[in-house]
Amino acid sequence: MERTLISPMFLKRHRVAYFTVLILMITVFAIVFVFPFYWMITSALKDPQEVIQPTPTLIPQSFHPETYAKAWNNLKIGHFFLNTAFYALGSWLFQIIIDVAAAYALSKLRPVFGGVILGAMLASLMLPMTALLVPAYLTVSDVPIFGWNLINTPWALWLPAAANAFNIYVLKRFFDQIPVDILDAAAIDGAGKFRLLWSIVLPLSRPVLAVTSIFALVGAWKDFLWPLLVLQDPSVQNLSVALSRMGATSGVTPFTQLLAGLVFASIPMVVVFLVFQRHILSGLAAGSMKG
Amino acid sequence: MQRVGVQQVKDNLTAYGFMAAGIAVFALFSWYPLIRGIILSFQQVNFVTDPYWVGMENYQTIFEDPLFWTAWKNTLKFTGLALLLGYAVPFFLAVLINEVRHAKGFFRVTVYLPLMLPPIVVVILWQYFYDPGNGLFNTVLRGLHLPESQWHQSSSTAMLSLVLIATWSNMGGALIMYLAALQNIPGELYEAAELEGASVWQRLRHVTIPHMRFILLVLLLLQIVATMQVFIEPYQLTGTTNPDTITVMVLIFRYAFTINHDFGMAAAMSVLLFVILGIFTALYLRVTRERE
Repeated sequence: MERTLISPMFLKRHRVAYFTVLILMITVFAIVFVFPFYWMITSALKDPQEVIQPTPTLIPQSFHPETYAKAWNNLKIGHFFLNTAFYALGSWLFQIIIDVAAAYALSKLRPVFGGVILGAMLASLMLPMTALLVPAYLTVSDVPIFGWNLINTPWALWLPAAANAFNIYVLKRFFDQIPVDILDAAAIDGAGKFRLLWSIVLPLSRPVLAVTSIFALVGAWKDFLWPLLVLQDPSVQNLSVALSRMGATSGVTPFTQLLAGLVFASIPMVVVFLVFQRHILSGLAAGSMKG
Repeated sequence: MQRVGVQQVKDNLTAYGFMAAGIAVFALFSWYPLIRGIILSFQQVNFVTDPYWVGMENYQTIFEDPLFWTAWKNTLKFTGLALLLGYAVPFFLAVLINEVRHAKGFFRVTVYLPLMLPPIVVVILWQYFYDPGNGLFNTVLRGLHLPESQWHQSSSTAMLSLVLIATWSNMGGALIMYLAALQNIPGELYEAAELEGASVWQRLRHVTIPHMRFILLVLLLLQIVATMQVFIEPYQLTGTTNPDTITVMVLIFRYAFTINHDFGMAAAMSVLLFVILGIFTALYLRVTRERE
C-alpha cells in the first residue's frame, strides 16, 4: 500500500470519517467543476422567458433543443466553428512541420552556430506574447522584406504560432535521447537526412508528437487576444472573437442561443481532453518535473 | 582534408535547410517585433508620415496619464488577490486528493476541465452566474438569506469577481503539477516521521512542504507572470473604460487600438510590462535551470 501523509492504518481505523470526507470532496468538486457545464447546457435548452425569470429552475421546465440549431445557423456559430477548426488545424500543421524540422536539425545535424540559434529561440520564452502585441501586430500588417499584409488572413495566426520555442525545446530534448548509433547505421545504408527523420526519428517520437500536437490544438482553439487583433473582419473571425462580440451586444443576440454557442465552442477540446486525458495530464506532470 | 571540408559545408547547408523555416518565423514574429517594440516606444507613429523619433516623450505621456497608475494598481491588486485565493487552494486540494484512496481520476479530470474551455466561454458563462437579477450566485445567496452582491457591476467587488473567474478556470494546472510532485515524496519519510511521534501537521510542515519547495516556487513565479497579463476577464466583463478594473494589458490595448490609437504609447507601456515580467521570468528560468 502506498504511503502518504496519513498512514493506511489510520485511514482503516477511521473508516466513517474517511468516507465522509471523500463524499464531501466529490460533492464539492461536482458542484464547483461539473455543475457549471450542466448549467450552460441546460440553460440553453430553456425557453428565453424561463432563463430570465427571477428564480432559476434547476431542471428545465421547457425544452427547446432547436435553440442549438438556431445558434448554429442564425448566429452563424457553425461558420465560426469551422473557421476556428481551420485555424487550429493550420496552426498545428505549421507548428509540427516547422518546429520538428528545426528541432531535428538542432539535435541531430548540429550545424555551426546551432547553439546560438537555439539560445535565441529559447530566449523568446522570456517574452510574453502580450508584451510583443503591438509590434507583432504592426509586423503582420506589413511583413518586412516580403511586404505582405496578413491581417484578416489565416497566415496571421499560422506563421506566428510556428515561432514556438516551447515546442522546439521539448522536441529537441526528446530527439537528443534517440541514440546516434541507430541513425549512423541507417546513414551507412544510404538513408538521407530527410529519410532518417521520416523513417526513424518520427516513429520513435510518437509520444512527444502527441503531446505537442494536443497542446498546439488546444492553444489555437482557445486563443483570443491575438485573433481579436488580426481578424477584424467579422466573417473571418474565430469562435472566441465572434462570441465575445455577440456577448458584448447582448441586447441583440438571443441569450439562449449565445449559451448554445458557448456549448459548441466547448465541445471539441472537452472531447479531446476526455479522450487523451492520460497524455495531457501526464505530459503536464512530466513537464513540471523537468521545468 | 579537402573532401571533409566539402562534406562539412554540405552537411551545414542541409541542416540550415531544415531550420530555414523555423529561423524565418522566429526572426519575423519574435526577434524583429522585440526590437521594433523597443524602437517604437521612442517613436511617434501616425501612418501618414514615416515614424519619427520623439525621445522619452511616450514614456512621459503615459507617466502623466492617471490611468497608467490606476492600471498598475489594479493589475497588482488582481495578482495579489489571485495569489491569496488561487495559490494556496490548489496546494491543499492536491494534498487532500493525494491522501484519498478513491476517485482520484475523477478529481484530476474535473479540476482540469475548465482549462479546456476557451477563456471567452468561461467569462461569458460567469457573467451569467454573476447576473445580479437572476444569476445563479445571487439566487443561492437569496436562498441562504444572505445579502446579495452586485459582483462585477459594483466597484467594491469588481476585481474580486474577475479573480474568482481566473482562479476557477486555471486552478487545474497547478493542482495536477502539485499532485505529481506529491507522488514523488518517498513514503518512508512519512513513516519515519510518524515513528518519531510527528503529528499530521508536523509531517506536512517538515516532510511535505520542504519536498514541494521547488514546485511551489516555480508555480508562484508562473502565476505572477500569468496573472499580470490578465486581459480577457476585464475586457469582456467590465470593459476597457472601467477605471475599477482597467489593467496594464487592457490599457495597452486601449492606447493602441481603441481610444488613443497611439502605438508609441502602447509600445512604451509594453516595454515596462516586459521589463517587470522579464524579472520574474528570468528568476523562473534560473530556478528551473539550477534544478537540472
